[in-house]
Amino acid sequence: MSLIEGRTGSWEIVIGLEVHAQVISQAKLFSGAATAFGAEPNTQVSPVDAAFPGMLPVINRYCVEQAVRTGLGLEAEINLVSVFDRKNYFYADLPAGYQISQYKRPIVGKGKVVLDMPDGTTREIGITRLHLEQDAGKSLHDQHAEYTYVDLNRSGIALMEIVSEPDLRTSEEAGAYLKKLRSILRYLGTCDGNMEEGSLRCDCNVSVRKPGGELGTRCEIKNVNSIRYVMQAIEHEARRQIEIIEDGGKIDQETRLFDAGRGVTRPMRSKEHAHDYRYFPDPDLLPLVLDPKAVERIREELPELPDAKKARFIRDYKLSPYDAGVLVGEKASADFYEAVAKGRDPKLAANWVMGDLFGALNRLNVEVENSPVSAKALGELIDLITDNTVSGRLAKDVFAAMVETGKSAAAIVEERGLKQVTDTGAIEAAIDAVMKAQADKVAEYRSGKDKLFGFFVGQVMKATQGKANPGLVNELLKKKLAG
Amino acid sequence: MTGLTDLTIAEARDGLRKREFSAGELAEAHIAAVERARPLNVYLKETPERARDMAAGADACLARGEGRALEGIPLAIKDLFCTEGVETTAASRILGGFKPPYESTVTANLWAAGAVMLGKTNLDEFAMGSSTTTSAFGPSENPWRRRGDNRPLVPGGSSGGSSAAVAARAAMGATGTDTGGSIRQPAGFSGIVGLKPTYGRCSRWGIVAFASSLDQAGPMTRTVRDAAIMLGAMAGHDPKDSTSAPLPVPDYEAALTGELKGLKVGIPREYRVEGMAAEIEQLWQQGIAWVKAAGATPVEISLPMTKYALPAYYIIAPAEASSNLARYDGVRFGLRVPGESLDEMYEATRAAGFGTEVRRRILIGTYVLSAGYYDAYYLKAQQLRTLIARDFSNAFKSCDFILAPTAPSAAFAIGEKADNPVAMYLNDVFTVPVNLAGLPGISVPAGLSSDGLPLGLQVIGRAFDEAMVLRVGDAIERAAGFTHKPPFIAGGKE
Amino acid sequence: MALDKATVARIATLARIEVPESDLEHLAKELSGILTWIEQLREVDTAGVEPMASVAEMTLPMREDHVTDGNCRDKILSNAPQQAHGFFLVPKVVE
Repeated sequence: MSLIEGRTGSWEIVIGLEVHAQVISQAKLFSGAATAFGAEPNTQVSPVDAAFPGMLPVINRYCVEQAVRTGLGLEAEINLVSVFDRKNYFYADLPAGYQISQYKRPIVGKGKVVLDMPDGTTREIGITRLHLEQDAGKSLHDQHAEYTYVDLNRSGIALMEIVSEPDLRTSEEAGAYLKKLRSILRYLGTCDGNMEEGSLRCDCNVSVRKPGGELGTRCEIKNVNSIRYVMQAIEHEARRQIEIIEDGGKIDQETRLFDAGRGVTRPMRSKEHAHDYRYFPDPDLLPLVLDPKAVERIREELPELPDAKKARFIRDYKLSPYDAGVLVGEKASADFYEAVAKGRDPKLAANWVMGDLFGALNRLNVEVENSPVSAKALGELIDLITDNTVSGRLAKDVFAAMVETGKSAAAIVEERGLKQVTDTGAIEAAIDAVMKAQADKVAEYRSGKDKLFGFFVGQVMKATQGKANPGLVNELLKKKLAG
Repeated sequence: MTGLTDLTIAEARDGLRKREFSAGELAEAHIAAVERARPLNVYLKETPERARDMAAGADACLARGEGRALEGIPLAIKDLFCTEGVETTAASRILGGFKPPYESTVTANLWAAGAVMLGKTNLDEFAMGSSTTTSAFGPSENPWRRRGDNRPLVPGGSSGGSSAAVAARAAMGATGTDTGGSIRQPAGFSGIVGLKPTYGRCSRWGIVAFASSLDQAGPMTRTVRDAAIMLGAMAGHDPKDSTSAPLPVPDYEAALTGELKGLKVGIPREYRVEGMAAEIEQLWQQGIAWVKAAGATPVEISLPMTKYALPAYYIIAPAEASSNLARYDGVRFGLRVPGESLDEMYEATRAAGFGTEVRRRILIGTYVLSAGYYDAYYLKAQQLRTLIARDFSNAFKSCDFILAPTAPSAAFAIGEKADNPVAMYLNDVFTVPVNLAGLPGISVPAGLSSDGLPLGLQVIGRAFDEAMVLRVGDAIERAAGFTHKPPFIAGGKE
Repeated sequence: MALDKATVARIATLARIEVPESDLEHLAKELSGILTWIEQLREVDTAGVEPMASVAEMTLPMREDHVTDGNCRDKILSNAPQQAHGFFLVPKVVE
């Protein structure tokens, strides 16, 4: 059990996350307006989205399929009959004064997400449900002293609300859960998981209790838009609550915001009225009835998901669970790796992808999809190592040059004359020269100073501008030094 | 000599095809009638220029021999239908100056059939009422008066402006909407024909929503044949409305055979309500005799849940309305009363913009949906609705159509029943069950009350059996021979 | 069901309609009258009865995922009481 220490003893944090994931689709959930990010205000708004008099919703088939796809990816129950309800409240970015959502009968029921913990263990986090609902528009409060600006472009875009069971116990678990969930959604192609652009948002429900005790009152922290902030917000909120209780106070059930600048949570002003959403089935829509055959077709077409891919990588490529886990984190990385590993030593490929390639991508702040070195090119470099054309050590320099210039490994090796020396005669000659020049060291070595071996290796490599095949150098040097 | 404004749609259609007169002349005659009808306060907006343009277009079509179903026919449009570029108010201040940038599907269908728009007619605010007295722009007057009594009477509601305009010959036909009786009851009070089609027969897209699971557009005309012609143009599947039925539109005029041989007419025993005026009962009996004479066999049927229909309606309709009217908030269109904060602006705008009946229904609707009350009220009412629909489907096992009165009384004076909302609601006792079950119903003028006011009879049919409802309505119309005209006629001798 | 003034005030706030204090008493009586009349529904035994999902006997129709609407900012803003730079304006909201 993961606990945090308060003044009066240990506390358990209970965390549930509600993730709002924008569905990848061309058009909105109930209207034909476009969903692309970044358009000029109010240019992607249909009169339906703006809730003009007499407007009516018509559901987008593809959004429904995306929700089913996601449910299947979460190993969840698909509810063949679900109902759309109106959630009634007033706000400037909610033109109709209600949001079309799903209340008692969501499209997807119970499922699960498996977390890969850093220590190599796994933990199963339950999913309570997933439902479809409309996104709201955007209010900009900082454009004018007296007015709030309202842009309805986002109003009506399809959202999947994914609710976890309150199974999470630490901020690290919460972070791992979000990472895994985002990865699954990206694998499925149902959400791009871009938290900066707001296509993935997280509401955190946090409460604390003494281990074995009753559930505490929870507070909801709304619309946290990065994994790092989610973790910080949870940490801060848990400590805030513990401090209040230890000081003899009570937790008020509240909705709060995370102030990233100051690293604290504070109450939301507009949620001061207790909301009575007055849910009722939307009379403009009939119940959604799914054809079981259509659901099966979607299931058959599901891509291989991270957990299955990881298991396969461990089994077929003999990778460690850790390495496999890192590689399958993003589908693009996994695909990149497999292209490199095909017909090659999988462990060598893994080292290169996870080491030099990921290092370069991080440094350049670039996604693997936009890698300056393609999988094919990296594979060619690895081939040059395997066939001893270039040493592993020099290959790193070649790689760096490939990143910078975009040229192929072969071209760079040729240009810079980096071909490995494997000619035993040449190496022997170099060894002889070194031994002659370092006669006294040779004597020391032969009288027992084994540590000097490394020195000789270094000297031979220097003499051959690093091009001598290290394996051969070792072998031949040993023989010659032995006398 | 029959003036142009006295013609029925069918007669005008004939006359236009035979080039006895032009669409332009027909439009002018009606434009003059619209002006003469101003004392009745039936039109909120007159559109004479548009009417002339549309009539000119109709004449061009007719000249090419390409006359469509309603070519050149001047119609009035209830101001609940959004008409592109023409102010639409729903008889409320809160829509203040709203000009829709789109046309409702039903009116678009009418214009595509060649019809001509005379203007937008008055209604109860947001269609909430049975008298057209809750309009923010004053009540409309019924062109009928009680014999020897000068008090202005209500034309019924909520489509009272439309029914009065058609009765007064200030329009050849009009569109209405019916949520709890708002086409049939005013048709009954005004001595004209009003048809509420099956829910889903006509599209709701572009009609200001009141109660989404009940609202339905329909024709209001002087004859049953005219209603059949208009319905044929209005109806049809609309992919923009998820509740629109994907069914083809039959030729409704072909149903008007006048023959009811072999059909069974259901007489619902529970419609004989306590305190019902004797002359209503008599008219009902007369109606039974007429359909018998046309070949139908009367069968007593039971609709046991009838008395619960009104309370169920007054839970469901306000609940849906409270949500549908949340969009009237001063942000994107209509009236805005400034406020220091967003909530203040909402509260001030909606208080200034909504009338007392609308406010009443929004509050009831908000209450019955609120936490702790949903099960006792809304859920219960929706269960009742299932039972009411079941009553009708059981009844239709032993009959082919149902005959009943349209309303429990004739038109009453403007101002009567104003202080007791429930008394006003009881006007809808015969019409509301039909909306709850989603079935088609027509009101046909059948006789006069002892005061000389029109009384209607209602025919109710199976779902999507408008053909039956029109057929029986036509038979009653022939038998009733109702040729009475209201004392006030706006039409002229042109 | 008798509604008191406080309940009416609470509902009015939920519905965002300002009701002057002087109207509350009268409104409470009126609404109570309507609710009492409505309550006769309690007489009916509805155990096991499914609430009516929809009048029309059809399944929910679906649209194809094509962009067929929007890109009409002028229309969307054409009736706006207050607008600037392509946005709707409302009184400032403090989060």
